[in-house]
Amino acid sequence: MKTPLLQNPAVVKIVAPLIVGALLLTIWQVLCIAWKVPIYLVPKPTDIIATLWTDGPGLLRALGVTLKITFLAFFVAAVLGVIAAFLFVQSKLIESSLFPYAILLQVTPVVAIAPLIIIWVKNPTVALVVCATLVALFPIISNTVLGLRSVNPGLLNLFRLNGATRWQTLVRLRIPSALPYFFGGLRISSGLALIGAVVAEFVAGTGGTGAGLAYEILQAGFQINIPRLFAALVLISITGILLFSLMAWLAKISLSHWHESEMS
Amino acid sequence: MLMKYSEVEPDESTGHLAPDTDTVLFANRVEKTYGNGTRALDEVRLRIQRGDFVSLLGPSGCGKSTLLKMYAGLESPSHGHLRWLGTDAPAKSGLKIAMVFQEATLMPWANVATNVRLPLDLAGVPRAEADARVAKALEPVGLAAFGKAYPRELSGGMQMRASIARALVTEPDVLLMDEPFGALDEFTRNKLDADLRSLWAERLQKLTVVFVTHSIYEAVYLSSRVVMMAARPGRIVADVAIPESVRDDEFRLSDGFAHHCRDLSARLLSASGGDVGH
Ligand SMILES: Nc1ncnc2c1ncn2[C@@H]1O[C@H](COP(=O)(O)OP(=O)(O)OP(=O)(O)O)[C@@H](O)[C@H]1O
Ligand SMILES: [Mg+2]
Repeated sequence: MKTPLLQNPAVVKIVAPLIVGALLLTIWQVLCIAWKVPIYLVPKPTDIIATLWTDGPGLLRALGVTLKITFLAFFVAAVLGVIAAFLFVQSKLIESSLFPYAILLQVTPVVAIAPLIIIWVKNPTVALVVCATLVALFPIISNTVLGLRSVNPGLLNLFRLNGATRWQTLVRLRIPSALPYFFGGLRISSGLALIGAVVAEFVAGTGGTGAGLAYEILQAGFQINIPRLFAALVLISITGILLFSLMAWLAKISLSHWHESEMS
Repeated sequence: MLMKYSEVEPDESTGHLAPDTDTVLFANRVEKTYGNGTRALDEVRLRIQRGDFVSLLGPSGCGKSTLLKMYAGLESPSHGHLRWLGTDAPAKSGLKIAMVFQEATLMPWANVATNVRLPLDLAGVPRAEADARVAKALEPVGLAAFGKAYPRELSGGMQMRASIARALVTEPDVLLMDEPFGALDEFTRNKLDADLRSLWAERLQKLTVVFVTHSIYEAVYLSSRVVMMAARPGRIVADVAIPESVRDDEFRLSDGFAHHCRDLSARLLSASGGDVGH
């Protein structure tokens, strides 16, 4: 019998990782049962799924809080990053004087500055968004700068020869050339925004109705409710994957008609 | 052995500007030394008249592209000066200059029609008029049916033709071409050469072409004048007029064609001291 389905690359792209995942989960399950691993050390996948089912509503509400911070931070990072990139490419002087500080931003661990930001900024949501933004900002800046600079020199000459204004060159040449790089930055930053949000929540440790997933993980850890901890982890991972896919899809629909990276 | 540049003219080193309606492009004792110390051009003096079809012929690295970019106003000389209809900037001369680069340099995110329309868009030509002119420019290069195609969907030769259409869409007075067909096979190249030649002939005495090539045959087939250059430092070593004649496949087989090719080969050989193409 023929299996044309497995020759379809789109199906393979989805089915193959699912099979690997199912296989790993089965091994995990079997090992847990075989070695009688206690649930407070490593819960079986079935335990985690059960917890996801029973604790679902609470965890999803927490996920909603984390997602809100992630998206806000991601949006702010994208806007600020693009503005900074446009500033940087205006002149070598601006770039040379500001770029080291952008790097400084990148290399400073957010856990180290989060307490400060939480003290300075009264509103906890805003404080968390600021932290996550700091984490997500740099890839957007550096990628967009790279993109705005990596214009085909031949095309640049063509624009000059035809007397293009600075504005025309920017809109018709630099921005389209930068788009693939910008989307690359978005893809990295979406994951970083999520990480930044979770880390900032960890540091803030805010509970109550505004508690995010990080708080749920902390609580579950204190209560040695390991299945719930794993369930929260699973939700974070799935969210990260979905965010990444969303960015990949965005890049695809905007670039697929011309850019090599997005062609099937 | 160095061959003296044959054209005799009064020195214009004083640089005073006199309107000159026939000398479209003039390079007077132009030198170019790049930042890294490479002497790309040395004392180049070249006067190009309205309606000329000039080929710049010479080995790799002799400064052909550099000279062409100067005529386009994209590079400035380290010494000497350039004139466009007697003025010191292309914009002042009112000349419409178009350039075809060695690569097609199309915008990959835009379809062929949009690429060809670019010079008109940049000049603010109304959309309807621009579209009509694009259609008219795509016709002679055989791309009328490919306006909606993206560059990646075209073959190398088709991309090159799109870039030629883009250069012609402004109906330029000066067409600068930097080895436009260098990457193409001989059949396509001969065909495009013939098309280019008839296009120039149609706009006789109006269109000035400066055409860079490595090929002696291509230069002889196309040109009214072949300017030969040598490298290290880049300089002009010969300036040969090719008498006007009908340039068709017949011409490629004629004695005149063979004579000019042999003559240029000999000059090229002696100019480079026997070792062509380092
Ligand atoms: N931007 C640059 N910076 C430094 N050196 C350069 C630059 N552009 C060209 N050169 C040098 O100047 C010389 C002439 O270059 P040019 O591109 O004009 O040669 P060419 O005659 O067009 O050669 P080819 O036939 O290979 O295209 C070469 O030695 C090259 O290395
Ligand atoms: Mg060249």
